[in-house]
Amino acid sequence: MTAELVRGQNHPLPDTRLELRVSAGHPVVAGATLGDERGLVAGAEWIAHPGAPVRPGVEVPAAPAAEHRVAVDLAALPETVHRLSLLLALPPGAGGPARFGTAAAPFVTVADPTGAAVATYTITGLDRESAVVALELYRRQGAWKVRAVGQGYEGGLAELLADQVASAAAELAAGRLDAPAAASVPSPPPLVPETAPADSASSTTTISYAHPSRRPAARPAAPAPGPDTAGTGAVPSPPAGAAVPPQESRPAPVAGDATGWTMDERLYNQVWGMFEDLARSVAAYRSARDFADHRLDRAVDQVLADPSTRVGGAGDAARAAARATHEELMGRAQEVLDRDLAQLAAESEVVEPALPVAYARWDNPAWHAYRAPEEPPMAVRLGDLHLPERGDLRIPFLVRLPLERGLWVDSGPGRTSAAGLLDETELRRLALDSAVAHTARLLAAHPAGALTVHVLDPAGGGAAAFAPLVETGVLAAPPARGAAGVTAVLAQLTERVDLLQMAVRGDASEDLPPGFDPARQLLVVHDFPHGFDDRAVTRLRYLADEGPSVGVHLLMVADRADASAYGPVLDPLWRSLLRLTPVPDDHLADPWVGHAWTYEPPTVPPGSAVLWQVLGQVAEARRRNHG
Amino acid sequence: MTVNMTKGQAISLEKQGGGSLTQVRMGLGWQAAPRRGLFGSRTREIDLDASAVLFAEKQPVDVVFFRHLVSDDGSVRHTGDNLVGGVGQGGDDEAILVDLQRVPVHIDQIVFTVNSFTGQTFQEVQNAFCRIVDETNGQELARYTLDGGGQYTAQIMAKVHRVGSGWQMTALGNPANGRTFQDLMPAILPHL
Repeated sequence: MTAELVRGQNHPLPDTRLELRVSAGHPVVAGATLGDERGLVAGAEWIAHPGAPVRPGVEVPAAPAAEHRVAVDLAALPETVHRLSLLLALPPGAGGPARFGTAAAPFVTVADPTGAAVATYTITGLDRESAVVALELYRRQGAWKVRAVGQGYEGGLAELLADQVASAAAELAAGRLDAPAAASVPSPPPLVPETAPADSASSTTTISYAHPSRRPAARPAAPAPGPDTAGTGAVPSPPAGAAVPPQESRPAPVAGDATGWTMDERLYNQVWGMFEDLARSVAAYRSARDFADHRLDRAVDQVLADPSTRVGGAGDAARAAARATHEELMGRAQEVLDRDLAQLAAESEVVEPALPVAYARWDNPAWHAYRAPEEPPMAVRLGDLHLPERGDLRIPFLVRLPLERGLWVDSGPGRTSAAGLLDETELRRLALDSAVAHTARLLAAHPAGALTVHVLDPAGGGAAAFAPLVETGVLAAPPARGAAGVTAVLAQLTERVDLLQMAVRGDASEDLPPGFDPARQLLVVHDFPHGFDDRAVTRLRYLADEGPSVGVHLLMVADRADASAYGPVLDPLWRSLLRLTPVPDDHLADPWVGHAWTYEPPTVPPGSAVLWQVLGQVAEARRRNHG
Repeated sequence: MTVNMTKGQAISLEKQGGGSLTQVRMGLGWQAAPRRGLFGSRTREIDLDASAVLFAEKQPVDVVFFRHLVSDDGSVRHTGDNLVGGVGQGGDDEAILVDLQRVPVHIDQIVFTVNSFTGQTFQEVQNAFCRIVDETNGQELARYTLDGGGQYTAQIMAKVHRVGSGWQMTALGNPANGRTFQDLMPAILPHL
């Protein structure tokens, strides 16, 4: 049974002789450091790298390559070694990618002597980093374990080593690393550049990806480097308190810590677990608050009702006592809520970066490594959810695939202040942009060619917003224009639903016409009801009702008021759709307690080309599939 | 070591060797009494339901029963309705899990009740018990046997209540009548 590790997760090792296989898809340099029980590397002789590939118990390849096999014999390591870290770095100037964010995510396998995989780890979430601690093998109470680390460094190996090597030895290591590497490798990767920062720690610690257990925030608390380490270019060694990895000393949350057959399912379940826990913790708090308020009211009423206490000191004292009890209960309730929220926030911090693209925010670096999946994920993220008790604790709003109901991005004036501040045109533009982003995500979540998207844009008003879909070539056909276009697309999809329903009922799926597109279909409707006649409206309602069960899905961008002429006949349509908004809006209720959650649509970072890039990949995968 | 509780007896819910309990399970088990005579094999099925009512200063705040399996705050969970009993032959037929650390601060008592949903009296039930188990290690802390089945259709079994910073369990064993917990409210209130 192979364990699929996520960042921070550990796994026992069955054997002391192991092979670490690296598969990066592009040349990388592999190295290893041997650390003591505090994780510190004593000096250059404890580093295996292409210039000195053999160290006691470990041998690394002598040249950069896309595939590596690193042989490890844990039993042969010196007694003082408690940790072996596997490092990967991009060789600069070799024509390959300069940072991991633009390359395929490296994949590491830990194999036993028979070659069977014990654990695997895909190093996702890297962006500007050019060196990374892939994983570490560590000794804990006599037994060896592997932990997925995935700690990247923007400053490359220099920064990585500075983080690991005991400060006093850093200069030594830097000096020795350069020379042998240059002697043995034709185009030597400068493991430690000569310009290694020489003065302050602050300039070297811009680690862009904060591992929760290695939060850079802990660094300012580190003691200032002593005189012996000043000027060596080393980051001060971690403070004494950080010597033991926090994961071991207190149960830190781990991404993928839920049940499921696959990592996808485990993360999905974990996100829903966090959603439920947040709903319930807040329910406990609100229940206590309501009770406390109610009790205070009652006590004050009682004081007022009793003639003996209505005036004078006794009444004041009784009121003060009631307030004190109120304060005391609220204090305890707040304390419990803070405890729960802190725990969930810590979990969110590890889960969010570990999410696969379908569940990730658009600013997640995982998107840079996007490739069309082999299988659709369980769900897609349609936005974020939060409660007023803690606005910055965002729960990914994951909706199962295939979609059980259509989506409706409401472009009408909402009830919330956020919508009220925007004018109508702006709101419609945002709604359309957000629908395009949802469409892009749905396309990206499906394997190549497994989702066909049709767009209805009767008046052509959405041309600018639909450009990413049109120009990358991910649509089946250009957006349908005019009443004739609307009718044609709706007729085609209605016929499809009819055919599939007959096939399902008659158990005759082989009777479908030759060349029948087996892909799921998504119909994006803009400008409703413009260009729709009564027949088209009937067909649309039919698709909304019958489509989802046979893989025909609906995404409406509409203001309900525009269709008010149809009267209540359309009410069932609106009710059947999952309403999303282009601006934050508190219209979604959780299934457990029924709190009103604020939904926030996913936003593409301003100026980011991620949507275009991902859609380009989708189109590319589709062409490869056809070719 | 299990304590066999008697009516009205209270035990403190603390771990042996100090430390407070974090998760307890209130388990309920029963069997339908065999009938004598002709067609004796036609044992009537009896549907007993366990419920838990959460109180804050004698005000009911939330109820966990077969139609609302988890309290809103998530601290009390019912494992699901068992319609016939006797499944475990001594094991729990219905169970309610209480995460004591998660019980909201204002909740000071949780009362456990059993009702006969199908209307048979406890005369037709045998080997009925309720027990409290430390869910973290499966150790049984206390067991209370419902002996002397009488002409009643419900029992107020026990309550778990705050004492200082910990919790205490008191066996109540009070007979009552009713189909669901709502009917029992008047009978519960004197025990708070």
